[in-house]
Amino acid sequence: MQGVVFFLKLYEHEAKTIIATYGVPTPKSEVVTTEAQAREVAVRLALPVVVKAQVLVAGRGKAGGILFAKTPEEAEDAAKKLLGSQIKGLTVEKVLVEEKLPVKRELYFGITVDRLNRCYIAVVSDLGGVDIEEVAQSQPQKIYKQLINPELGFRSFHARRIAKGLGYAGDQMSALADILEKAYKANVDVDAELLEMNPLVETQKGEFVAADARIILDDNALFRHEEYRLKQLQEERDFSPEEFEALKNGLDYVMLEGDIGVVGNGAGLVMATLDMINLYGGKPANFLDLGGGASLQRIEAAFKILLLNPHVKVLFVNILGGITLCDEVARGIIQAQTQFGSSKPLVIRLVGTNEAKGRRILAQADLPVFDSMEEAAKKAVQLAGEMS
Amino acid sequence: MQEYGTQIVAGISPGKGGITVNGVPVYDTVSEAHESHEANASIVFVPAPFAAEATFEALEAGIKTVVVITEHVPVKDAVELMSYAKLMDAKIVGPNTPGVITPGKCKVGIMPANVFAAGNVGVASRSGTLTYEIAASLTRTGIGQSTCLGVGGDPVTGINFIDSLKIFREDPQTKAVVLIGEIGGNIEELAAQYILEENYPKPVVAYIAGRSAPVGKRMGHAGAIVMGKAGTAESKIAALEAAGVRVAQNPSGIANLLAQLQGTE
Repeated sequence: MQGVVFFLKLYEHEAKTIIATYGVPTPKSEVVTTEAQAREVAVRLALPVVVKAQVLVAGRGKAGGILFAKTPEEAEDAAKKLLGSQIKGLTVEKVLVEEKLPVKRELYFGITVDRLNRCYIAVVSDLGGVDIEEVAQSQPQKIYKQLINPELGFRSFHARRIAKGLGYAGDQMSALADILEKAYKANVDVDAELLEMNPLVETQKGEFVAADARIILDDNALFRHEEYRLKQLQEERDFSPEEFEALKNGLDYVMLEGDIGVVGNGAGLVMATLDMINLYGGKPANFLDLGGGASLQRIEAAFKILLLNPHVKVLFVNILGGITLCDEVARGIIQAQTQFGSSKPLVIRLVGTNEAKGRRILAQADLPVFDSMEEAAKKAVQLAGEMS
Repeated sequence: MQEYGTQIVAGISPGKGGITVNGVPVYDTVSEAHESHEANASIVFVPAPFAAEATFEALEAGIKTVVVITEHVPVKDAVELMSYAKLMDAKIVGPNTPGVITPGKCKVGIMPANVFAAGNVGVASRSGTLTYEIAASLTRTGIGQSTCLGVGGDPVTGINFIDSLKIFREDPQTKAVVLIGEIGGNIEELAAQYILEENYPKPVVAYIAGRSAPVGKRMGHAGAIVMGKAGTAESKIAALEAAGVRVAQNPSGIANLLAQLQGTE
């Protein structure tokens, strides 16, 4: 199994760099990591400026992550306030200092995947600058959607139609259409799962500028985007340290809030395991999928990650082996126990290919094995409860 | 698959043409294989960067059912594949699927055959091992399966739940349907709508994994993610129940729900 990775959410400044490369106008800006730098940049840019926290969450404006500055001093203060602060649970490590646009109108343009129709879809609205999902709920008539036929792609006439639909004519229509086309091209070239410009601003002068941009890259395509594949391994972004460690080890791991560490083979099976723990009154500490046919090394790495979480009181292994070999899993468990010397109770459910061999191996180490997922889950919940 | 009785007539592995594996001749290209052997299905195990290529090749050669086992196929590739498959009037199963099995008859996939038994419950699932879990539980309870379709865990797939429901509707061997869904997307909600609108003639039960999943984090499958309010387990369960689909709380609950149905017949 290839290295499993998480989809790659890009920061606003990274997304803007990409679309700018494709010719989409973006405000003059620079990303900085100190308040002194923020001040310097504000001196060079035309005032007023906007100082924007670079964090991978939606709604950072409402959460206080976007501040305005009329002078370089104010920009410095704004940066000082934001840097190191927390916006929706994420620490702000950099801010984007950007020229404030004289806004006439705010539009929304996004491209994402339509699962039912098995193609990309362009989503447009003249209610830009707000949560598009809210608009979709409360004012669906304000959203225009266009399925993008894979044969045709998103062409200039599609873009013109949309620009006209937004009320533009003549040069403005052409300028806007051109930008939409370029955004689409960027989306296709970088293998984005989502590309959004919200808001796409019409300035007082009648020009169009992407005031904010958001791109989520399809991590399954990172093998053909070396630059971004490497980027993903360089910083934690919105992953916890444990999740980032898992990412680097090619493990599919999501941190949760409970105390029962879970690992299994198969995402659906693991999700069902978490649901079952909750149903029986326990709290899972994480999601961790070994994937199919896991090797000894992989299992060891999985245990290591599980044990990194200090909240974990009990470990629950749920294996229904098809191409995954129960004896390999058993060996992996023994090895991990030896290596990491964990004294935490281990609840093991092991059925499937080479099950008898696997159970023998575990029996030799005095480790009991469950047949039933339900029984094992109940035991894990019971043990965690006893340890509280 | 061979052990199970599936007739594998040829293998394709570029560069390895000329060898034989388990009595099966291997070719460099699908067209060569197709010249010498008749096949109506293909199964693709090729690694993700090349899976689309292999599938295009099979489709171009006229294979009408292609099962793509491969996980991590880029979304863009999947979009292109589905479009071409439609053009070629072919069906794709997957990607990121364990495949298809008609117990007792044929297996085109990687599922462990011993948890399945022939019967009359059709199963369509977005999962791999969770499907085996539920199938095993059904088999243990004496409830056999007509056909199990792995629709796969990706956001863009070939046959989906609605296609599966249509297939099972037409299949005389299938008397009831099990949908194994999960968070992410709205295919369960759309299936519920289909069931309601069509007054679906066979009973449907379901299990939806991922009630405990947090927003914004992907749970393994490329398609398993709750974005904002969209794609929650709650929304799927509500939609299905509103369409008359009974939804189990646990994987083993499916067997109970079906047994109850059989009891009332």
